[in-house]
Amino acid sequence: MIAKNEIAGKENSGLGSGLTIETIRNAIIEDRTTATALAGDYYERIRREDPEIGAFLTLCEERALAQAGQIDQMAAEGIPLPPLAGVPIAIKDVMVTRGVRTTAGSKILETFVPPYDCTAVARLEAAGAVILGKLNCDEFAMGSSNENSAYHAVHNPRDKSRVPGGSSGGSAAAVAAEMAVATLGSDTGGSIRQPASFCGVVGLKPTYGRVSRYGLIAFASSLDHIGPFARTVKDAALVLRTIAGRDPMDSTSAEVPVPDYVAELEKPVRGLKVGVAKEYFGSGLDLEVRAAVEAAIQKLAELGCEVVPVSLPHTEYAIPTYYIVATAEASSNLARFDGVRYGFRAKATTLSEMYRQTRDGGFGMEVKRRIMLGTYALSAGYYDAYYLKAQKVRTLLTRDFDEAFKKVDVIAAPTCPTPAFKLGEKVDDPLAMYLADIYTVTANLAGIPGISVPCGENHERLPIGLQLFARHFDEGTLLRVAHAFERAALVVGR
Amino acid sequence: MKVTDKDVAYVADLANLELTEEERVRMLRDLNSILEYVARLGELETDKVAPMAQVSDRYGVDESRQGSERFAYAIREDVQDGLRESLPHDVAVKNAPDTDGTFFEVPKVIER
Repeated sequence: MIAKNEIAGKENSGLGSGLTIETIRNAIIEDRTTATALAGDYYERIRREDPEIGAFLTLCEERALAQAGQIDQMAAEGIPLPPLAGVPIAIKDVMVTRGVRTTAGSKILETFVPPYDCTAVARLEAAGAVILGKLNCDEFAMGSSNENSAYHAVHNPRDKSRVPGGSSGGSAAAVAAEMAVATLGSDTGGSIRQPASFCGVVGLKPTYGRVSRYGLIAFASSLDHIGPFARTVKDAALVLRTIAGRDPMDSTSAEVPVPDYVAELEKPVRGLKVGVAKEYFGSGLDLEVRAAVEAAIQKLAELGCEVVPVSLPHTEYAIPTYYIVATAEASSNLARFDGVRYGFRAKATTLSEMYRQTRDGGFGMEVKRRIMLGTYALSAGYYDAYYLKAQKVRTLLTRDFDEAFKKVDVIAAPTCPTPAFKLGEKVDDPLAMYLADIYTVTANLAGIPGISVPCGENHERLPIGLQLFARHFDEGTLLRVAHAFERAALVVGR
Repeated sequence: MKVTDKDVAYVADLANLELTEEERVRMLRDLNSILEYVARLGELETDKVAPMAQVSDRYGVDESRQGSERFAYAIREDVQDGLRESLPHDVAVKNAPDTDGTFFEVPKVIER
């Protein structure tokens, strides 16, 4: 093994770029490289590339190399390797990691070292993945551009003057720049799919309840989801297969069997019905995005899918509904950050002052804004007008999908109304920022799975994403259609 | 319904936030702008629509059963079989800004 490390100089693994989960596992099994050499290569690339991108907040090299060493030991002893053996993966910093600092992108948790692992992270490691480190994000996952990180902005690897999207901006950028083979993100209103679209990678938000939220620092508990980013649909399927399934530590994780998503990919798509809703192609949709998504739908038709018009009539009410439900839940969830048990504490003489000054000093403006909006919506006199009203409209938005999925198997739409915007472009206008999520929030409110797959570029070579939705727990069909499109469009590995 | 300075102060108080003068001005402007946008929900007739709090209400609940039995899907094994082991005490207080090793310490609550 030492001899192999000496050959390639900078590239210790000798595997080059464009790696997928399968190529890595096979290379280790066939003794062409080691998990340790590969982890070294990824850290090397992070040190070289990340100063200009800003995707990582914390590296956990010791933990990564210990895991890689174990994989190499297994390979040397001829023990069958687990499905993600040696695969370098990084984690959005809203998922707790035992012994590895977890900040949620906030100053209030700058020194927080969790005593336990998030279930999704533990499952990845149990499947052989090598956890490289923790990824930058908007503070408490609140934002659509990653500019709300209390640490530093993330630059889109495809155009460094632009945002990577948010809130899982670091997760998307790390995959796009090949600083990790796959990453985990969280999606409360589009925070996986929107940055995947902006950075030109695959991002999957599973069904609510498909993946345990245990160890995910809560933003809006009824809308929060954990899901994968990867360069290919197949890799996203492999990661989902690993992290999905009931977890006794999360009572909302569902007792629904986990299919072999990789096997699902190979099933034919001919005859599947693809719904197209005019509400996702209205004013505000960039013309080049529209053209790319329409071409993608045409491609699905050429693959034998039947394109069927559907109606999702309440779509225009999704953003206002979302920003009431999400902020109401956030105002309650973030009450725990009071300086008593963990994180930052302001010096004060009374308990009440300590709470206030801790939260004033520890939270950024967007977090405070959402806590204020949510508290207002829940306060006496406004509860019925805002929170209860939004919960009722949530029922209507969910019924829209129920009706549509009586007629079709998947729904195709743009992921975002525009390609990645410039850093600084929307920071002073919270409402304009919220509207970046206009095509993604409804899937969170309804709990249905959604995926963003690259489907082209605009004239500035900025990536465009095709979004697909499916029925609850039908990630199999979702991934199958996404995979068929990806293969037909040949946008993979470019 | 316009949010006023007084509302901002009241809500900040409920949320245990202090907010600087500058933040209060911004908050007033932003909350009004967002709530003005949210007001369009009023266009929808929802008197007969049930509120939806959770996605899992849709597939987990067993309506043929009574009371908490309806939520049987959510019962954890460790509740049936006895309690899960807690974090060791020293680990649980390790992240505390101020602790005597046994308790979390905070500024005095009651003056006398």
